[in-house]
Amino acid sequence: MKHATFDPTSVCALMPMGLIYDDDGIIQFVGPTLGKLRRADTLIGKTISEVFSVRDNGRGTGDGPVPLSTKLYLNFTSGISTPLKGMAIAIDGANLNILNLSFGISILDAVADYRLTSGDFAHTDLAIEMLYLVEAKSAVLEETKQLNARLQGAKVAAEEQAYTDTLTGLKNRRAMDYVLDRMLRGGVHFALMHLDLDYFKSVNDTLGHAAGDTVLQRVAKILLEETRGDDLVARVGGDEFVLVFNKFVDHDRLMRTASRIISRLEEPIPYQDTVCRISGSIGITTTEFYASPSADKMIHDADLALYGSKHEGRAQATLYDPDRHDGGMPEAQIAPSKR
Amino acid sequence: MHGMINRAIQCFLRDTYGAQAWLDIAENADLGFENFEAMLSYPDQITLDVLGRAARHLHKPVETFLEDLGTYLVSHPNVEAIRRLLRFGGENFTEFLYSLNDLEGRAKLALPDLEVPTLSVESCGDGTFRLRCSSAMPGFGYAMVGVMRAMADDYGALVFLEHSGWMDSGEEVITINLLEVAYAEGRAFDLFGRIGDGL
Repeated sequence: MKHATFDPTSVCALMPMGLIYDDDGIIQFVGPTLGKLRRADTLIGKTISEVFSVRDNGRGTGDGPVPLSTKLYLNFTSGISTPLKGMAIAIDGANLNILNLSFGISILDAVADYRLTSGDFAHTDLAIEMLYLVEAKSAVLEETKQLNARLQGAKVAAEEQAYTDTLTGLKNRRAMDYVLDRMLRGGVHFALMHLDLDYFKSVNDTLGHAAGDTVLQRVAKILLEETRGDDLVARVGGDEFVLVFNKFVDHDRLMRTASRIISRLEEPIPYQDTVCRISGSIGITTTEFYASPSADKMIHDADLALYGSKHEGRAQATLYDPDRHDGGMPEAQIAPSKR
Repeated sequence: MHGMINRAIQCFLRDTYGAQAWLDIAENADLGFENFEAMLSYPDQITLDVLGRAARHLHKPVETFLEDLGTYLVSHPNVEAIRRLLRFGGENFTEFLYSLNDLEGRAKLALPDLEVPTLSVESCGDGTFRLRCSSAMPGFGYAMVGVMRAMADDYGALVFLEHSGWMDSGEEVITINLLEVAYAEGRAFDLFGRIGDGL
């Protein structure tokens, strides 16, 4: 078959990103869209390798400057590099070759960099469908991201609420169970202090619930001030609190901390034109007492010690003693009474 | 690090070492939750903590652990989607290697927030290729060795892979010796495949 004439214009209508070069690699004709990337008159007359760096997968054919009939990866050697994909073939008997190009993943940047429009793509090119999909996907993704952020925020708030005592802002029993469980599983040493307010009921009965609430909020403030950031303070009942001291098991120091808390609780709490007076009884245990400590056992033993404090006249702290308390009857308190 | 990556690490640990192993590692790393969400973002340190704890928990060097992770990502049926997306890279292992140059761009098309390592592959002749990998996550090159090993199996190619160390810039270099493109049958791949098939 003989090519009587070869019309580059019609070839490039079919392949607007195409170009035609001779067997020496000199560019002869440039398709209209490629002409938007680099002006045609700056390309024509130059060699392919002046304009592009060309790589292939090593399996092209032909002796020319561009491997034929294989997938090519090209970049412009100057200006915006715009990675392109391409393939070249020889036109038999014409001493000419066609190199057709496409954007691949650089399409989004290219459309922006060169202000391309839908008319710049061949009718058979899927580029517009691709751009449409990317645009639609991005819109959906953005909505999803915002929804995720809202849901995550709501989840964090709900969890926080579920672990918080709303009156005092302290942690609640559920939070205490969770923290104890984690610490025990992690093998952390800690002390557990059970505090029961003394004379709180009489404040409630004589001055009303609003006074009671004021007292509880004041107690919360004191307890937070007397503990460290990684300790836990939980309100586990009407006037009952549990304090967990992380990695703090020294008996003397625990007893001193307990005494200090009690003396601070005993400072009169102003309410309207009067003051409320309370105190507190404390029972303490530490993980050191147990071969394999459990939350239930420790709470129980702190209770026994607390009962000891109450039994001895309140307003004092008692350290759990396996010998005495497991025997049944609580015995003498350890802390000196402040009253 | 993107939730997608954290989620992949979680799935790897769960599917390979069991649900309990994952829970232990999550607790050790002090995550405060049991499941990564794929569509949320997490501080990078969390990912590093999980990887460090996991390697210790499993008594494995981090490098080996990351390589196993890479293999898992391509070969485990629970994450079939990743293997499929990688197979879009080309019809044979050579084309796949070159497609790694486009991987970051392709991933960004899909998920702009996803921090994919920058990969560049070049042929050194004689069937030897050099893959350079730079990532916010040091050691990612080892995961890539696992990915490449599994993809070679997937394509049926016979390769010799080696992590060749780190450049001063922090880039990791992997050397790939492609001994035979069509050594074995390889796994079938069809461009058409509904998401969810084979899961």
